[in-house]
Amino acid sequence: MSEYSLSALRVGQSAYVAEIQADEAMRRRLLDLGLIRGTRVTCTAKSPAGDPAAYLIRGAVIALRGRDARGVRLEGLCPERAPAGRTALA
Amino acid sequence: MGLTNTSTGAGAVDGGLVLQKNRPEDRVIALAGNPNVGKSTVFNALTGLRQHTGNWPGKTVANAQGQCEHRERGYVLVDLPGTYSLMAHSAEEEVARDFLCFGGADAAVVVCDATCLERNLNLVLQTLELEPRCVVCVNLLDEARKKGIRVDLEGLARRLGVPVVGTAAGRGEGLEELMDAVAELTAAPEAPAPPPVRYLPPIEAAVEQLRPLLETRLAGRLSARWTALRLLDQDAALLERLSETLGWDVQRDEAVQKALEGARGVLARSGLGAKELRDCLVSRLVLTAEELCAGVVSCEREERLERDRKLDRLLTSRATGIPLMLLLLAGVFWLTIQGANYPSQLLSAGLFWVQDRLSDLFTALNAPAWLHGALVLGVYRVLAWVVSVMLPPMAIFFPLFTLLEDFGYLPRVAFVLDHAFQKASACGKQALTMAMGFGCNAAGVVGCRIIDSPRERLIAILTNNFVPCNGRFPTLIAIITMFFVGTGAGMGRGVLSALLLTGVILLGVFLTFWVSRLLSGTILKGVPSSFTLELPPYRRPRIGQVIVRSVLDRTLFVLGRAVSVAAPAGLLIWLCANVKVGGGSILDWCTGFLDPFARLLGLDGVILMAFLLGFPANEIVLPIIIMAYLSSGSLLALDDLEALRALLVDNGWTWLTAVCTMLFSLVHWPCSTTCLTIGKETGSAKWTLVSILLPTGIGMLVCFSVATTARLLGLA
Repeated sequence: MSEYSLSALRVGQSAYVAEIQADEAMRRRLLDLGLIRGTRVTCTAKSPAGDPAAYLIRGAVIALRGRDARGVRLEGLCPERAPAGRTALA
Repeated sequence: MGLTNTSTGAGAVDGGLVLQKNRPEDRVIALAGNPNVGKSTVFNALTGLRQHTGNWPGKTVANAQGQCEHRERGYVLVDLPGTYSLMAHSAEEEVARDFLCFGGADAAVVVCDATCLERNLNLVLQTLELEPRCVVCVNLLDEARKKGIRVDLEGLARRLGVPVVGTAAGRGEGLEELMDAVAELTAAPEAPAPPPVRYLPPIEAAVEQLRPLLETRLAGRLSARWTALRLLDQDAALLERLSETLGWDVQRDEAVQKALEGARGVLARSGLGAKELRDCLVSRLVLTAEELCAGVVSCEREERLERDRKLDRLLTSRATGIPLMLLLLAGVFWLTIQGANYPSQLLSAGLFWVQDRLSDLFTALNAPAWLHGALVLGVYRVLAWVVSVMLPPMAIFFPLFTLLEDFGYLPRVAFVLDHAFQKASACGKQALTMAMGFGCNAAGVVGCRIIDSPRERLIAILTNNFVPCNGRFPTLIAIITMFFVGTGAGMGRGVLSALLLTGVILLGVFLTFWVSRLLSGTILKGVPSSFTLELPPYRRPRIGQVIVRSVLDRTLFVLGRAVSVAAPAGLLIWLCANVKVGGGSILDWCTGFLDPFARLLGLDGVILMAFLLGFPANEIVLPIIIMAYLSSGSLLALDDLEALRALLVDNGWTWLTAVCTMLFSLVHWPCSTTCLTIGKETGSAKWTLVSILLPTGIGMLVCFSVATTARLLGLA
């Protein structure tokens, strides 16, 4: 159902987490950061090489490498500068 | 760069934690919290200790403890490593959880960041499941106020069912109230009963099947509900701890195993396998935190975030990220060199004036010449050099670096540099440990614990020595000033020195990348592991505090260490220079022996010998070189760098000697403290040996190539 991943977000874009496909350790770490299904994420910055990128997750900014961000599948791309929402679906 | 009495030197070598109570009735308070929420600041403010603080996650990597007195009662505070969760996914989480479970704490304080409360409440909820005697400390209220965030502390306390205290630990606000709450909580006969997080009905049913049996087994030593959840979640590490600590082997406890089977059956019938169960548990915690937060926090969100995001884009973007980083680095060096120039001259003039008076005193007392030589020309003179060369640059560099650290810049450096580490199949957090190495390589090596993957941690440990620590900075600065810039004041010269020093540092950083890549491709093959790096909110640096702390804790401490090594080294070198064996001094024999080899590296016997004697502390390398030259020649009046330069040139130094000495200073064996720390951290003699041989080999190769090339081209 999800066609794109976190690594595809451009700076300023937001979307909602659909599912996380990563190895168990990384999946747990991302869940601990509050990255559960329906969580809104915004890409806030990219490093000079474009990878890693920084994401706003529940009020905290977390940097992820492209290969890790690809495992976070997204849905419902928000228009840029949309009002900040919270969890869409739980 | 965590650099205090406890984090450098022997303190960097961390042993197991033994609680130190002054009196048996002292209460033990565990201090938990997410990384980078000011936990160490709270700890320091309460205990009067100086655990290093800075605006980046992961500085506290082991439990630290300190005592504090409040209203005539003693408390032992234990500062746990910062964690996002207590599910024990990483070494720090395991340390934190084990202490909360089995450490014997009477209560816990969970420190939260008021500017990011929602994520922090996740840990609060997990801690409450484990330890209901808990005070929630909402810290950084001053930062939150600035960002227009309001937290309804009373509302939060009502909803959580435990005391909540607001603090701004950096300014000392609210700490009294925090300890009052702790005192009240630990004195109360009954622990609070916070409303538990409610999971899905089948999970609750499974927990209920286990709970009565676990209650009899645990007899109040651990929360039965929490243990039931962990057993259902198949937490293998906890099973091991339970059998180690409580002598209860769950796997052999048939009644419990049977109940567990039944409970898992309940879950399975609802379609909850191991993975689904874990997702449900975590999601419920996150959503509960979200609900709690929605009720008690109000803020003008977009506006407060906008400034940080703009700064992030400026400091990390393709166009400006790297140029700004280099500019900041060079700027810090420029201020250091420019600012240190005059005080250095003043100090050395003063200290050498004292030397002359000491000589007068010895003469007046008719002291024997050897005593005057050993104490004044040996011990005192080396000390005077160490102090006048090292103190001014350190007293400027440390506060500047700490300001950047306090501001929150270091994680952005890690973010910008990560791509290079990624290419080297190393961890992006290595940039943080590298920055710690600027202060002290031993502290940097301990800091490598923030890297989870053992392979990547080893790479970071083995390459930490490639960034020069504070002990090597003054040597580099002095040589640059003497040989490449000239010793006069003036803007242009300062800028040139700063650029040259930046170049040397960049060479160190480049070597770090290159060697990391080399290791990844050869003896430490592997793919990079996943990691997350938090970019914390920018904070206004607490300037007054930074200056006081960095001068008192770091500068004077490091100076003290250098002085304590320099004094005996000064004595030794004086003895070597003055005890004659077979027509030459011991020093002549030693340096003569080293000389042919050292010349190949573009050095000379004295320089190589100074590096060998500088094994306990790199700070004393230059003073030893000076001592050795002085002991064999006529006594010069050395009261500034110009005179020093003349001395070095008289002893055959050329620009090539200067370059090779700087290169060798940058790349040679780690100091003894760092070696000990590496041994302790890797637990392996083999890797310690590699960490010594690798930079030594590379350093010799680099120096040899540079010297040979220059000589062949007829440049020197």
